[in-house]
Parts: sequence; C-alpha cells; structure tokens
Amino acid sequence: MAALGQHAVSKVKNAESQLVQEWIAALEASGGTRNVKGDELKADTREFLQLITSSLENGAGTAIGAAQWEDTRQFLERLSRNRAQMGQDSSQTANFIFALKGPFFALLQKEFASEPQLLAEQLLQASELFDALGLHTIRTYQASREAVIRRQQEELLELSTPVVKLWDGVLALPMIGTLDSQRTQVVMESLLQRIVDTGSEIAIIDITGVPTVDTLVAQHLLKTVTAIRLMGADCIISGVRPQIAQTIVHLGLDLQGVVTKANLADALALAMRRLGVTFTKAQ
Amino acid sequence: MDRIPILQMGQFLLVTIQVDMHDQLAMTLQDDLSERISATSARGVLIDISALDMVDSFIGRMISTISGLSRIMDAETVVVGLQPAVAITLVELGLTLPGVSTALNVERGMKLLRERVAAQ
Repeated sequence: MAALGQHAVSKVKNAESQLVQEWIAALEASGGTRNVKGDELKADTREFLQLITSSLENGAGTAIGAAQWEDTRQFLERLSRNRAQMGQDSSQTANFIFALKGPFFALLQKEFASEPQLLAEQLLQASELFDALGLHTIRTYQASREAVIRRQQEELLELSTPVVKLWDGVLALPMIGTLDSQRTQVVMESLLQRIVDTGSEIAIIDITGVPTVDTLVAQHLLKTVTAIRLMGADCIISGVRPQIAQTIVHLGLDLQGVVTKANLADALALAMRRLGVTFTKAQ
Repeated sequence: MDRIPILQMGQFLLVTIQVDMHDQLAMTLQDDLSERISATSARGVLIDISALDMVDSFIGRMISTISGLSRIMDAETVVVGLQPAVAITLVELGLTLPGVSTALNVERGMKLLRERVAAQ
C-alpha cells in the first residue's frame, strides 16, 4: 500500500506550527486537555508531529508495527502511561491522536483541492494511520491501567493482613475479608516471618472479620495452623461467631485439635496463662 | 564421604545440619544417630535445621523416622529452626510431621527437652 506522498509530508512539515495551534484548539474544545499543563501539551503535540513527519519522510507506511515507527510508538506509550496515571479516561487519551485528524485533513484538502482522486487516496492513508496510532494509544493506556489496578490489589492484600504484637511472645493477626488461597499464602508468609523475627511462642488468628467459613476457608486456616506448629510456635483461633460455629458443625469440619476461642480477649487470657503471666488488680 | 557431626551435650545429642541434605547423607545420619543414642544412652535429640532452605518429602520422612526411632530408644526429639518457607512447603506437600516436636530456636528446644526429660 502506498504511503502518504512525500509532497503531502513536506506540506505538513511547513505548516507545522499552524497544525499544532489548530490541534491544541481542537483538543481544548473536546475537553481532552483537562489536568494537562499548557506547556506540556504544547511540547507533546510538537514532538509527536515531528516524530510523525520524520517517520513519514523515512518512507514509513501505515503499518505502525514497522521499525520506522519505533520512536512514535515509544512516545505514545509514554504519553498514555502518563495520562493513565493522571486519571484521564481512555477516550480523552485517544482524543490526543484523533483531534489531529481535523486540522490534518483540512490541510490535505487545501493542498490537493485540484486533484480529487489524489486527495481521496491521501485522506484514506492518513485516516488509516491515525486510526492505527489511536488504537495503539488505547492499547497501551489499557495495559498501564491494568498495571495500576494490579499494583493496588497487591497493596490492598498487604494492607489487609497486619501482624500485631500483643505481648512479649504473643502475636495477633486480625483477619478481615474473605480468605482465598492467595491471601492465605500472604498471611502465612508474613505471620511465619514475624514469628521468626520476634521469637514469639503463641500466635492468635482472629477471624471476627471473616464473613463466612466454608470447607475451603477451614482448609486454609488448618494449613496456616499446621505451618505455625511446624515452626515450633502455637496457634489459637479466636473470634468464632455463633453462626460460624454452627456452619462449621453443620459442614462436619474437623479442626483437628485447634484451640478456638470466642473472642480475642479469651485467646489473650489463654496465651498469658500459657506464658505463666498473671495479672492482679491494683488496690 | 562427608558426615553430619553429632555432638553430645550432657544427656542430649545435638545435630546441626548445615549443608544441603541429599538422600545418602540423610540415611547415614539416621544410622549414625541411632548408634550414638544407643552408645551414649542419650535422653534427648535436638536437630537444628535453621540452615536448610529446602526440605523435600524424603528429608521430611527422615525427620519423622528419626523421631520415631529415638522414641523407641527412650530419647525425645525436638526439631528447631524451621524456616517459614520450609514450613509452608511441608504443609503444601501434606507433610505435617505428626509426632515430631518443634521449637523456634535452639534455646527453646533445649528448654523443651529438659522439661520433657524432667517430667519422665
């Protein structure tokens, strides 16, 4: 497929500053410049136009996978990443490319007014090129958004499993939310590591915040308890609500001699007794 | 051929595994240990595996076997210093080491051994 004619490319190059102006105006009209600083926008548009023209001058076609488009692709990837972090949505980001279409077509129309056939061909080429570039932008935008979401999920996972030290030798892990295998893994790792670091003898897992306990959750809990025992520490499960106790019995789950307590206070009292710590009320 | 040293500390035997265990080494340790328990009439065995960052099912079974055979010879076994990653691996493998006593570190392990022996 023929690329944009060199004639057209040189025209674009000559009219660069005018194109940029019209482009920015179009961007502003479409609301795509929200949160973007004026200078930044100007620099971005100018750089992009220069990249396009230089690629076209090198004889690049409309297939943007080609090596000549490498710089442009990288520029767009950087741009969409920035936009994704700024919190712009996908249409605003893609608009960056599509807003150039209007001024670009107007220029072509003006230049090739006398040759309708050539004009139509050039317009088709330009249209294909912009569509491809726009799609590439959206693809990268989506990928960076997904990366942001993944990172947030991981952070949430870390946040939701704090290991707290209740007493010298007693650790507690208040669990909140559903227990799945991935979370159990994170919980197990952080709890076991803390047991080693602090040399604690007793770990209390508080499941007050766990909405339901089914066979899978019970299995995960048992795994954690077994791992803690293997390390040479002891484990108490606290916060077993009446409904959960009923479910466990109804399901016929065997907690294999795991010590369970109704609430954290009872568990702590038991831990203290095991450590040989006694409290007396001051008179 | 390399061997894992078995140290005597009073009425206890101390085994510190500091190299990667391969199967032959594990078998040798098992034989040596039973010989030493019988020769010294030790009351307890303390196995420190804090330097092991990988334990497979064979080593897991060896630990269970050692624990079982020393119990028959009237010696308590305590395994100390399991790394978190090792504990997780063992649980995932379904090896819960039933009948094996564990402790966090050597100090706690010795305390546990003394308590057990004093209780007898």
